[in-house]
Amino acid sequence: MTWLRGHFFDVLSLAGQHIYLAGVPLVLGLLIALPLGWLACRYRVLYPFLIIGTGLLYTIPSLALFIMLPLLLGTRILDPINVLIAMTIYTVALLVRTVADGLGSVPDVVNQAATAMGYKRVRRFMSVELPLAVPVISAGLRVAAVSNVSIVSVATLIGVSQLGSLFIDGFNRAFMDPILVGVVACVLLALLFDLAILGGTRLLTPWQRAGKASS
Amino acid sequence: MISRILAWLADGAHWQGDDGILRRVVEHLEYSVTALLIAALIAIPLGLYIGHTGRGRFLVVNALGAARAIPSLGLLFLAFLWLGPKLSGDIAFLAPAGLVLVVLAIPPILSGTYAGVEGVDPAARDAAVGMGMRGTEVLCHVELPCALPLILSGTRSAMLQVIATATIAAVVGLGGLGRFLIDGLAVRDTPQTASGAVLVAILALLVDMALALVQRLVVSPGLTGRYGKVSPTDAETGTAIPASALQQSV
Repeated sequence: MTWLRGHFFDVLSLAGQHIYLAGVPLVLGLLIALPLGWLACRYRVLYPFLIIGTGLLYTIPSLALFIMLPLLLGTRILDPINVLIAMTIYTVALLVRTVADGLGSVPDVVNQAATAMGYKRVRRFMSVELPLAVPVISAGLRVAAVSNVSIVSVATLIGVSQLGSLFIDGFNRAFMDPILVGVVACVLLALLFDLAILGGTRLLTPWQRAGKASS
Repeated sequence: MISRILAWLADGAHWQGDDGILRRVVEHLEYSVTALLIAALIAIPLGLYIGHTGRGRFLVVNALGAARAIPSLGLLFLAFLWLGPKLSGDIAFLAPAGLVLVVLAIPPILSGTYAGVEGVDPAARDAAVGMGMRGTEVLCHVELPCALPLILSGTRSAMLQVIATATIAAVVGLGGLGRFLIDGLAVRDTPQTASGAVLVAILALLVDMALALVQRLVVSPGLTGRYGKVSPTDAETGTAIPASALQQSV
């Protein structure tokens, strides 16, 4: 562990990069998945197409996607933007189904009550359907977050630096310490994301705690 | 670019020989299927046990969460540096890669299995007990068949992840389709790299379709709604992959 003491700030800056590369796509992916999930839920005809279509995106191996994106988009191969886009694609692939199922899980009577109270479609979506779907969406978001943290480390093979860089560094020198530190840091980051999402969910769904407290 | 990929793929010389595409596809499938079988042998019995008895659920759920967060590339390097010197010959390369793929495949299969058994309609379980079935009979004749759609969808998502991740076996000098990605990247041979990427994606898709067919054949028609009027379940929608069972590591 003397290695970690000597390189603590390097590891910290790599972890910062890792959070950026895994976190930004999580937000972007959610923003893209929300309208798609809504479409799949609202128009049942579209459901299988959207779910299978976005699910197929997930079958593309990440190393393959990292390499192919610059060719398709004309970006430079070392540009981190490729990683951001690839991770956004994976996030969307995971979340469309979750959003659709989450919105679908809102009881019909609740929607009818909201409509009866004079809520128009947009307002009903924003203040009734979406909040009630939060627990399901957040469960999907947690899976996507853990998955993103793990996949981002592969980007080291195309030369984008983040915690995965420690793996290559250690492997090239047959030195286990950096690899071990990198693996542990990745697991801790995943835990951090998980806790952040759990915390956000708690804040957004006060009624769940209220129900528990009174019972 | 696409025309250059097609030109690379159309070149007959790239398909033959010890480092040709056909040989690499076979290697890739060997690694993936072996790892999946080992993972299934561990995960399915364990998942059935947890789902049937409810014991150890908390522990396993949390362990699975942590296991999913382990980056495969890091684990591969660690296993390679740790196991490599202790073994000799091909196994020194195969064992670390196999270990990584098995660790990767266990969570989706295990969570699919216990979720499947837990999700069995209690009425069906009660009926089985009422008919005089014992614990293991209920498990084998009711819970297992009813849980099969979820077990198989977990297995399918495990297989997708394993095929995708088996590409990184090439980083430690093994074969498989990852060779084209890694070698192409090393010598800046873009058509080779891109062709490798396309081949992996196609292989993943074909294997998933084959498993979907298996799923259709082995899942009881009573569950899929293809037989008489039964309420449709997840198995009906083709890609019966629950979001929770999905996680890719490469």
